[in-house]
Amino acid sequence: MPLKSNVPPGELGEKWTKYRSSMPLVAPNNKRRLEVIVVGTGLAGGAAAATLGELGYKVKVFTFHDSPRRAHSIAAQGGINAAKNYQNDGDSVYRLFYDTIKGGDYRSREANVHRLAEVSVNIIDQAVAQGVPFAREYGGLLANRSFGGVQVSRTFYARGQTGQQLLLGAYQSLSRQVSLGNVTMYNRHEMVDLVKVDGKARGIIARNLLTGELERHAAHAVVLGTGGYGNVFYLSTNAMNSNVSAAWRTVKRGAFMANPCFTQIHPTCIPVSGEYQSKLTLMSESLRNDGRVWVPKKKEDAIAIREGKKNGRDLSEEERDYYLERRYPAFGNLVPRDVASRAAKTACDEGLGVSPTGLAVYLDFADAIMRYGKSRATTLHEPDASDARIKELGTAVIEEKYGNLFEMYEKITGENPYVMPMKIYPAVHYTMGGLWVDYNLQTNIPGLFATGEANFSDHGANRLGASALMQGLADGYFVLPYTIGTFLADEIRTPMIDPDQKEFMDAEKAVADRISQVLDVKGNQSAESFHRRLGKIMWEYCGMSRSEEGLAKGREDIRRLRQEFYEDVFVPGTADEYNPELEKALRVADFLELGELMMVDAKDRDESCGGHFREEFKTEDGEALRRDEEYTYVSAWEWDDHDPILHKEDLVFENVELKTRSYK
Amino acid sequence: MGADNMKLTLKIWRQKGNKAKGQFQTYQVDNVSTHMSFLEMLDVLNEKLVSDKQEPVAFEHDCREGICGTCSLVINGYPHGPMQGTTTCQLHMRHFNDGDTITIEPWRSAAFPVVKDLVVNRDAFDRIIQSGGFISVNTGQAQDGNAIPIEKEVANEAMDAATCIGCGACVAACPNASAMLFTAAKVSHLAHMPQGEVEAAQRARRMVEQHDAEGFGRCSNITACEAECPKEISVEHIARLNREYLSSSVGGK
Repeated sequence: MPLKSNVPPGELGEKWTKYRSSMPLVAPNNKRRLEVIVVGTGLAGGAAAATLGELGYKVKVFTFHDSPRRAHSIAAQGGINAAKNYQNDGDSVYRLFYDTIKGGDYRSREANVHRLAEVSVNIIDQAVAQGVPFAREYGGLLANRSFGGVQVSRTFYARGQTGQQLLLGAYQSLSRQVSLGNVTMYNRHEMVDLVKVDGKARGIIARNLLTGELERHAAHAVVLGTGGYGNVFYLSTNAMNSNVSAAWRTVKRGAFMANPCFTQIHPTCIPVSGEYQSKLTLMSESLRNDGRVWVPKKKEDAIAIREGKKNGRDLSEEERDYYLERRYPAFGNLVPRDVASRAAKTACDEGLGVSPTGLAVYLDFADAIMRYGKSRATTLHEPDASDARIKELGTAVIEEKYGNLFEMYEKITGENPYVMPMKIYPAVHYTMGGLWVDYNLQTNIPGLFATGEANFSDHGANRLGASALMQGLADGYFVLPYTIGTFLADEIRTPMIDPDQKEFMDAEKAVADRISQVLDVKGNQSAESFHRRLGKIMWEYCGMSRSEEGLAKGREDIRRLRQEFYEDVFVPGTADEYNPELEKALRVADFLELGELMMVDAKDRDESCGGHFREEFKTEDGEALRRDEEYTYVSAWEWDDHDPILHKEDLVFENVELKTRSYK
Repeated sequence: MGADNMKLTLKIWRQKGNKAKGQFQTYQVDNVSTHMSFLEMLDVLNEKLVSDKQEPVAFEHDCREGICGTCSLVINGYPHGPMQGTTTCQLHMRHFNDGDTITIEPWRSAAFPVVKDLVVNRDAFDRIIQSGGFISVNTGQAQDGNAIPIEKEVANEAMDAATCIGCGACVAACPNASAMLFTAAKVSHLAHMPQGEVEAAQRARRMVEQHDAEGFGRCSNITACEAECPKEISVEHIARLNREYLSSSVGGK
């Protein structure tokens, strides 16, 4: 079945404006009669729920957290892009569009990405109006910084806590709608199934996490803003409770999962230190504005450093390989994430890693400290400042820019990054894949919409830094609240959906059975231990480097693990109480299926693009080798336990010429 | 470097549910590495309890990066443990010694009822924000982001308040169980911004009324909240709240 993207006709730059002006609307008196369920309260879900409430729809919003403010968007550090061109450095909507298409290695939909770039400017305005305390220049205007994969400065930020501040902005708008009675909040409620009536999404089954009770909630449409599935790798920078279950439950009801193997491995994370480790911590990409990435040139030096016999700081310039600057002079340390991650892996594979595990490279601020120090000394009229004084001044500048990140690094590693270069290694961070959606953000199930990281739409095979916050808020504030009207305009005669009808009862029963199945195994291994093992399989065979053989083996391993799970998992407690172990077990069960689909998808895509690197497909100098003739399409998978079915959406590029990505 | 074989004795508050009576229970944990985070140490305990077919200790956590505000725990009498400016999830075992006994309790406040073991219900914070902790602007009504210049210093001060993670340590630290630092952080953040100044006085009044209605205690300037706040939010923001609150009552609105 060919998938219809429903991209409107017309010139790229005018599509969205024209479409928005001509799409069907729902009159205010009818909006009051239409109910919408929003699942997830991060940037995408929270912003959508707030905006739908403002528009007059009756909204019910669900989060498994105790408060909407806990959603994982809160952890985003570096910033949010917008094509404001406040820096007068040549930025424009087209350039942001182009950078994003190129950064995504030409595997995203042109019209969606252009729309994203267009509304990016509105997001900044909206956030400022909400009181988000963005960083400012001395003149009182908004400050910007640079991120990877681009040559302009278009990233807005609030210290290293941009996600927190933007999420609190959305949370406060949402709280206002709750106080006005337009939105009903269901916190500590986890979506455990989607309910379809006559083929349309009409509600969800939610589990009240405090009591364990299953609840049937009906609406005219359902919106997911439930985030990504990076935790399928167990170790990732995602929050511990981030999971795929809401999205996966819709896949089990027929929604298509698009490009599931497109995973972003972020280059700058604190390396793994032990078996007990529960998660990995990101060090913002903004650090690559000033930090220089390097490894020793000689293996002997790397070995000596790993054994603690040498200190990286003491290696001379000639003994260091600033490999990103060497290999990619045009972008240097600010190459896109996929390129930087692969380069770090290559260096460590060659035996040049600098931590005891051999899996770490340096991110060094010594030069930046001296550079800023000299500049400060000039400003302060201290031409004869000593090196120590310059270092002191430079350290203060770095502290002002990245203080909270340096502090976090020191808390975790016990090392002072102002003195010792940071040690970093790539880690799973974001998933570009997600539910397949059309231009309206509607999945292939009518009435089911997906926003933010939960959908696949805008980042292709690799996401550029500071673009996740942009996309989440674009979808939530400025796209979905309009496009959902294309579905709801035809629903104004549909009465309130009855949550006691057969379809709801059946779905509730199915969930209760699934919960009993997991509880009744009464085996010997914890859900956590299965999750850990799944993560190892995923990282080994579906991580930074993939091969046909490995992916086939990975799939088999996961199937065996899934079987073992249903034979030997042990979940303490009961279904009708607060039971975090049960929550975890249900999520791991879904990850076990998703992981298999990721292997299938990665094996099917016989090319390398963005974060998807297949060992069989690389250029002579080891870069990703795309195969545009065969693979310029979106892989949308229909779940089948034995043989998932592939549906293709061909990607048509009318405005951008497909080129081999070069950051040299 | 560090050790990976510390032995610890944990005295942990166990409570089946809100109505049940709670009590301390003692556990031994061996082979604790100094590189572990405090919560990873509890993961090890729970993994062992589950493998012994016992019920694990319930505690809340999510981002484990010190920003989501989900984690809590009173550790040896200190909310978020003994380290300044650190959430429990960012606390590492290198700050403890082999042979230590560590006491772990939930936040204790009538306005934060215990859900189970170390988990409490903090819905009251959401209701305080719903009572006025926002700027009344709809999506799409904004002017250009640079239309109103804001002094760098003012934006910085607003950010100092806005950095609150809503964890509730201020309440746990306060002998009166007051949530005034939490409430003040939001009032002060928004009052600093020109966009939020318009509703500042009314916002302060409504939020304080809701704070009181939730059963949080009055502020009597003990400042334990500031000392225990993992984001080191200053009590000066409470002064700002008082100013806004006063002007709302003087204004007679």
